Amino acid sequence: MKISKTLLACSSAFALSTAASATDLEVTHWWTSGGEAAAVAEFAKAFNESGNKWIDGAIAGSGGTARPIMISRITGGDPMGATQFNHGRQAEELVEAGLMQDLTELAEKEKWAEIVKPKSLLDSCTLDGKIYCVPVNIHSWQWIWLSHKAYADAGVDVPSNWNEFVASAPALKKAGKVPLAMGNQSWQSKGAFDVLIIAIGGIDLWKKIYIEKDGATARSEGLAKVFAEVSEARKLSEGSNVQDWNLATNMVITGKAGGQIMGDWAQGEFQIAKQVAGKDYTCLPGLGVNEIISTGGDAFYFPKLNDPEKTKAQFKLASVMMSKQAQVAFNLKKGSLPVRGDVDLASANDCMRKGLDILAKGNILPDSNQTFSPDSQGQIEDLMVEFWKDTSITAKDAQERFAKIIDTAE
Amino acid sequence: MLTGKAQDGVMTTQERPNQLFRNISAKIAALPMIATALVVFLGGTLWTIFYSFTNSKLLPRLKFVGLDQYERLWTTNRWLISIENLLIYGVLSLIFSLVIGFVLAALLDQKIRFENTFRTILLYPFALSFVVTGLVWQWVLNPDFGIQKVLRDMGWTSLEFDPLYNPEIVIYGILIAGLWQGTGLIMCLMLAGLRGIDEDIWKAARVDGIPMWKTYLFIIIPMMRGVFITTLVIIASGIVRIYDLVVAQTSGGPGIASEVPAKYVYDAMFTKQNLAQGFAGSTMMLLSVLIILIPWAYLEFGGRKRV
Repeated sequence: MKISKTLLACSSAFALSTAASATDLEVTHWWTSGGEAAAVAEFAKAFNESGNKWIDGAIAGSGGTARPIMISRITGGDPMGATQFNHGRQAEELVEAGLMQDLTELAEKEKWAEIVKPKSLLDSCTLDGKIYCVPVNIHSWQWIWLSHKAYADAGVDVPSNWNEFVASAPALKKAGKVPLAMGNQSWQSKGAFDVLIIAIGGIDLWKKIYIEKDGATARSEGLAKVFAEVSEARKLSEGSNVQDWNLATNMVITGKAGGQIMGDWAQGEFQIAKQVAGKDYTCLPGLGVNEIISTGGDAFYFPKLNDPEKTKAQFKLASVMMSKQAQVAFNLKKGSLPVRGDVDLASANDCMRKGLDILAKGNILPDSNQTFSPDSQGQIEDLMVEFWKDTSITAKDAQERFAKIIDTAE
Repeated sequence: MLTGKAQDGVMTTQERPNQLFRNISAKIAALPMIATALVVFLGGTLWTIFYSFTNSKLLPRLKFVGLDQYERLWTTNRWLISIENLLIYGVLSLIFSLVIGFVLAALLDQKIRFENTFRTILLYPFALSFVVTGLVWQWVLNPDFGIQKVLRDMGWTSLEFDPLYNPEIVIYGILIAGLWQGTGLIMCLMLAGLRGIDEDIWKAARVDGIPMWKTYLFIIIPMMRGVFITTLVIIASGIVRIYDLVVAQTSGGPGIASEVPAKYVYDAMFTKQNLAQGFAGSTMMLLSVLIILIPWAYLEFGGRKRV
């Protein structure tokens, strides 16, 4: 709350300094935690410098709360100037219904097709050959964050991969720590499960299920192994009585928990707590087993507006977001990777560098938001949060229910 | 029939105009409300039921899939748990609200000192929204900060009291918060009812030597029928639409152990972008309300006509 207020104050201060002819453009997003708000202020600054005015429309309470508000504003005839969605299919139907601005012309002029890396990001913005959104960053899920303090207290070495992590769990429990911090929100359970599929089952298994939606693979031995592992892992997360992801991250920061499987946005929390990668915490991409990252993240969409002045400002904003300068400033604060392959992040920290290396090697996967509809995602989330929290469900039952969802997934 | 009667009236005394035009200004004044009720409530309901037979996703569209949405609904574990939770919460909250509310009201009715103060204290939680109530009780019931911690610090170290983090009993944790918030109002309604009972009845009962509890049970409560029915409707409508309390307290967790139907509908419509599934859920909710409401309305209003 305090942060979004500061942010508002910032943006209005910038607004005062711009010319009187500025066009106001309201931008909605759900970036309200410390690092996120600082990052989005960079976009606002860059846009205001272009002679327009960024009206900040931050919606607190994560994407699950914000997206319904955004969608009902667009479908209800009160569209904002620009809005955040995740890469993928969340805005698919809005685009199909012709509610979004076509950005193809701008994209061709600025040669987005050549600069955006990986290409799948732009593909997610494309429908029938036309481009409807600006990808702004890459976030990946496949990380585990480990607390050096917790391991020092328990008297064991910080693990270097998932198997060592599991092996060291009893020592942590003995020292009164929760080995694996896990919030109660359903998307966290699903995310951790997806990450474990890649780490334990391998990349091909993940692709078969999450891209080809193959029900037989979802019933296979390979996935049974993953479910067995998760059924062990859920016992390690007992005792993490928190809801939000950042509270779970805080357990790792304060050394109450050994580790957390969470996307690289967790990094912003470590940064704000003034912790140093490698000294206070360790990050292991792909859980230290399969070093690969998914290329999810955020994109901005521009609803169609009647005012030609505003439409012009929308194109301007799209161009600003894709610019080298804004990409660097934004992503450094956000802890995410830039969507352009041709920018230099000299001041990136250890964990971001690991991510950049993997990205450069091309070890990437699409995010499940890109391959599944929100409906199927939601069904898997419901199942996973139930499975993680209710130990009376056997791995076998859960797998069969998972396979049934995959059978009908879209 | 109607017009015949009206004509009779015109012919004989000129006193009884057409029924339709009786009290015409009041009827005109009520027209906007009638239109709103028809279009918004009835129209919206029919629209919802209609689209629950389609496969609408984010936006409504007319591609019919028959009963598919209902089939999926009743095979989804989360919906079944939601219904089960609603039943547990509903039955217990109905019983406890009435019992606690009535007992509190009866106690306050004993001409005690500081009645105003007690009444204010007991009614105060009702002034808080469900969201605030939920958040307060989330902290009170949190094992690391709330009751469990306090009692353990006082020496009862073996105590386990974490209803919000135990899937088996989480719905009771929500029930506690719901009762804390709601019983104050029920108490006030009951108190108003008790105050409406004639003093002479009490005197007569005392003269006859009837014990106090018997007087309450067999004389006073039957006389308060109207109050009880009002209370029942208020509690019941609160039960079916329970949503914000759960969201604030547990957001459906741990796992999906404290999900409720209204939350299922909201999530299906807005976060899963599956309108038709949400419509199917809300149609089932409406149906369950009607199943309770129709027999009651029949007994209440249908019976009276025959007398």
